[in-house]
Amino acid sequence: MKIAFTTKGEGWDAVIDPRFGRTEYLVILDEESGILEAIDNSGVSEHAHGAGPMTAQLIIEKNVQILITGNGPGGNAERVISAAGIKTFTGAGEMTVKQAYEAYKENKLKT
Amino acid sequence: MKIAIASGKGGTGKTFLSTNLSAFLSETEPVVLIDLDVEEPNTGLFIKGDLIKTENVFKPVPEWDRTNCTLCGKCQSVCNFHAVLKVKDAIMVFPELCHSCYACSELCPEGSLPMKNEKIGIINHYKYKELDHVEGKLDIGQEQAVPLIALTNDFPASHLQKVIKICDCPPGTACPAVESVKDADLVILTAEPTPFGLHDLKLMVKSLIILKKKFAVVINKWGVGNDDTLRYCENMNIPVIAKINNDRRIAEEYSTGNLVYDKFDFVRSELEKIKKYITDSGALI
Repeated sequence: MKIAFTTKGEGWDAVIDPRFGRTEYLVILDEESGILEAIDNSGVSEHAHGAGPMTAQLIIEKNVQILITGNGPGGNAERVISAAGIKTFTGAGEMTVKQAYEAYKENKLKT
Repeated sequence: MKIAIASGKGGTGKTFLSTNLSAFLSETEPVVLIDLDVEEPNTGLFIKGDLIKTENVFKPVPEWDRTNCTLCGKCQSVCNFHAVLKVKDAIMVFPELCHSCYACSELCPEGSLPMKNEKIGIINHYKYKELDHVEGKLDIGQEQAVPLIALTNDFPASHLQKVIKICDCPPGTACPAVESVKDADLVILTAEPTPFGLHDLKLMVKSLIILKKKFAVVINKWGVGNDDTLRYCENMNIPVIAKINNDRRIAEEYSTGNLVYDKFDFVRSELEKIKKYITDSGALI
């Protein structure tokens, strides 16, 4: 499984960004290889509209199957994410990537 | 002649001035009042005319036809607003984000994104005594005010032969406000003599300078706050053409949906000053 986290930084200790479309970074975990990849999403701030679909498309391109975030995506992003068959888990707001991943494994996040 | 009543800050009295000024001017001049605050048009609360006509307003948006689509993705790469996205084996369209530029539709090699019309709102035309009153009303859920503002603004040109257009503009300095003032011959800014009022007035003044607009200020609720707004206008050489006193009686009438210019001489006399300014600027014969 490939899991995307919306974050404010890079690596396991990065804090989850509660926003989806305007998240500062995306951290993508490839569970098979254990490789953690960080993508700088700050370019989205230049766009007044359409941040949600734009970020959604980014995680689709990365073949992500699971999304872990804070507040959950907005309406437009939600349409894109569900069309791509990505499952969303929310409520990871204050956690680090590591804590959020553990919470996900223990079924403690909201769907 | 188009006179746009704008402000920057909300609640300074744009609608108050638009409704009273247009009713006052319509006693002697051919006037149409146009409500361009299409997200919350409220001139109709004060100008209660008879409905003459309602028109539906549409905006063209692409609709995906999968028949010949090869999923090449050209549509999404030409869209500046992320309104068209290729998601796996489908093209998704987000009408609220679409700016109707036709790029995806025209550049699609297979013609798979024909444009269709989506309803975004209505334009109402009312008649109140000699005053024509036009308002744009955006449908709930629509995010873009600008296309409807543009069509509402043009409505009198195709339907009415009126010399003076008075436009009640949306607040702020963003796209809807710019769209509303961009073809105005004169912008009248209703300003509030408070620190917050002055702060937003400055933003609007900056925008109007960039847009190369002729503008003047009417200070409303004169007597509250301080005289920093007045001094700012003097320093910037911005004409202050009228000052309307902060008076509880105005608020009482206004809160029940009444016009006030015909009830209080101290309001009427300020409107006379505005009329004189407009006349001197060459609009009225």
